[in-house]
Amino acid sequence: MANVFTNIGEWVGERAPGLAPFYRKHMSEYYAPKNFNLWYYFGVLAIVVLVNQILTGIFLTMNYNPSAKGAFDSVQYIMRDVEWGWLIRYMHSTGASLFFVVVFLHMFRGIMYGSYKKPREMVWLLGMLIFLVLMAEAFMGYVLPWGNMSFWGAKVIISLFGTIPFIGSTLVEWIMGDFLPADATLNRFFALHVIALPIVLLLLVVLHIFALHEVGSNNPDGVDIKHGPKGNRWDANKPADGVPFHPYYTVHDLVGVGFLLMIASFIIFFAPTFGGWFLEHDNSIMANNLITPAEIKPVWYFTPFYAIVRMIPSLFGTAVWGVLAMFGAIAVLFFLPWIDRGQVRSIRYRGTGYKIGLGLFVVAFLGLGAVGTGITAEVIPEWFGHVDLTTWENLFGRLMTIIYFGFFPFLWAYTHFGWEKTKPVPERVTGHD
Amino acid sequence: MTNSTTILMKRQPLMKQRYMSKRFLCAVAMAFGLLVGSVTAQAAEEPELMASGASVRDQASLQRGAKLFFNYCVGCHSLKYVRYSRIAQDLNLSEQDVMQNLNFTGAKFDDQIVSSMPADSATKWFGKAPPDLSLEVSAKGEDWVYTYLNSFYLDPHSPIGWNNTVLPNAAMPFPLSELQGLQTAVMKPGSTDTVEKLEISKPGNLTPAQYQQSIRDLTSFLEYTSEPAALQRAHYGLWVVLFLAFFTLLAYLLNKEYWKDVH
Repeated sequence: MANVFTNIGEWVGERAPGLAPFYRKHMSEYYAPKNFNLWYYFGVLAIVVLVNQILTGIFLTMNYNPSAKGAFDSVQYIMRDVEWGWLIRYMHSTGASLFFVVVFLHMFRGIMYGSYKKPREMVWLLGMLIFLVLMAEAFMGYVLPWGNMSFWGAKVIISLFGTIPFIGSTLVEWIMGDFLPADATLNRFFALHVIALPIVLLLLVVLHIFALHEVGSNNPDGVDIKHGPKGNRWDANKPADGVPFHPYYTVHDLVGVGFLLMIASFIIFFAPTFGGWFLEHDNSIMANNLITPAEIKPVWYFTPFYAIVRMIPSLFGTAVWGVLAMFGAIAVLFFLPWIDRGQVRSIRYRGTGYKIGLGLFVVAFLGLGAVGTGITAEVIPEWFGHVDLTTWENLFGRLMTIIYFGFFPFLWAYTHFGWEKTKPVPERVTGHD
Repeated sequence: MTNSTTILMKRQPLMKQRYMSKRFLCAVAMAFGLLVGSVTAQAAEEPELMASGASVRDQASLQRGAKLFFNYCVGCHSLKYVRYSRIAQDLNLSEQDVMQNLNFTGAKFDDQIVSSMPADSATKWFGKAPPDLSLEVSAKGEDWVYTYLNSFYLDPHSPIGWNNTVLPNAAMPFPLSELQGLQTAVMKPGSTDTVEKLEISKPGNLTPAQYQQSIRDLTSFLEYTSEPAALQRAHYGLWVVLFLAFFTLLAYLLNKEYWKDVH
């Protein structure tokens, strides 16, 4: 039997000579630092969720009807008449939200340990592109069930482009293919959601991983294992502090995947709407341009950015500033590798100012999320009684916006003028957990 | 529950209640306790909606609710996403039970439940066609439906003679009045249009407690029609999570074994 496998292996190897070296480069002889901690699970978890979205998406597509007349009914058909359709749909809808959970944490890990710094700028840029495509993918997917929140969410988000002077209203019509989100909109969003964007997303993910494997993984100490001593149990010329990705990190990641699946299953089976956070109540009503939901807001993962639009006032007769700020909030992240001039990567050895700055940045992001999801609108009257809600909410939201954007000039100045007092970075990684 | 029901007239805060049902809060509390704790505490303080106590796990309640629906509601309201056969299967009823006791329109066993009232006539009679109720609980929440069915009162100013404190100027006459009796509104002192509470002025066939139980059953049934999959979810969920816990434990042990020689 072993002989048969060897023969097959040789047969394939002669005809595809690149295959085995490819496997070695990316799996069995990719040496990853041995000191990864919890934060290093989220990359592989994002891949697991991506695979889940593609697989469940394929089965949803088999039964979904991409038309304004039939979309809503076909979702109910999936939920009731398709065998296991409810499970497939809940896996897809829960996956969408969990995708953002793991991607936000993955990005925060990258910032916290300086993974975007030289020589990993390309990894960061490709990752940011993934984030951008992912947001477009999620937005269009959210429109497809053609519930009333799909409709109004699409209308509001697409209308943001209408604030652009001169071309705005034409642009909005061009995007929707109609004067309102309608059949044409649904059809093109379907095409983009199931074909165009997933292809781009997959390509970017492959490039993201290739780019990473060229330069090697960072780690919680921010120490380059490639510059450290050479020689480990497997190879005399490879980093002493590296372990082969397979099997060491594959079995390691299996534990994280198990936890993710447990949390996901808990949501799918016991709280699939997550109390209206993952699947909104107003989406149980079919799209209707005559019935406006009491409160139109995007799904939770867009709310920090959406809050920025709401917080920036109109100026010179146009509301385009808020929209520019929203896109700016994402665009500025692309430039992080060049804004941060500090030589020390990991937060473990960086100055106190950096730690406080990053902490405030997280607070601002969550605070903006609270404004966007309407939590502040509930909490402010609760805590402060009968105050003017709009004034207080704007005050809070604008403060959070200033902190969010302020993080970047602060980080530049802090590192450029040498104000940062860093701690000594160890020669080698400090062990593993 | 006394025979008068206090409901505030403010409409806005209803939203919050809908976003955070009690059952969901329990689920979240189990998994993410602190994360949403501060938000959940507030939802509990909103007195506007009554807790329905509805449960799709209670099969007897679902059966009673189905009976009520087909006796009092289906004349006007469809359940167009639900099939008679599915109700039989999920509620443990025979085909004969369903076709004789629940199906009054001559529909086939596998047909979807469509009211016999023509939509265009309904629009003429009520100003608005009665909505399909398949997804009513998903859209509004079980507590909303329960409170709504508790909050009809006689209103001489309304064109149909009825009004509702949860959905003011609802275009719906109240078919359950023979069960609940007639409620009249007691206005806030010095006000002519703000309802302070509702009082039963003429008792119906059921005691208030029996009536509450009946609309709890009806709410359970509509919760079921909103998401029949809820029954399957409950059936498989625990086993899936337990399997994954076992899998994760194995993965953890495997990982430990592999890493024991890395220092």
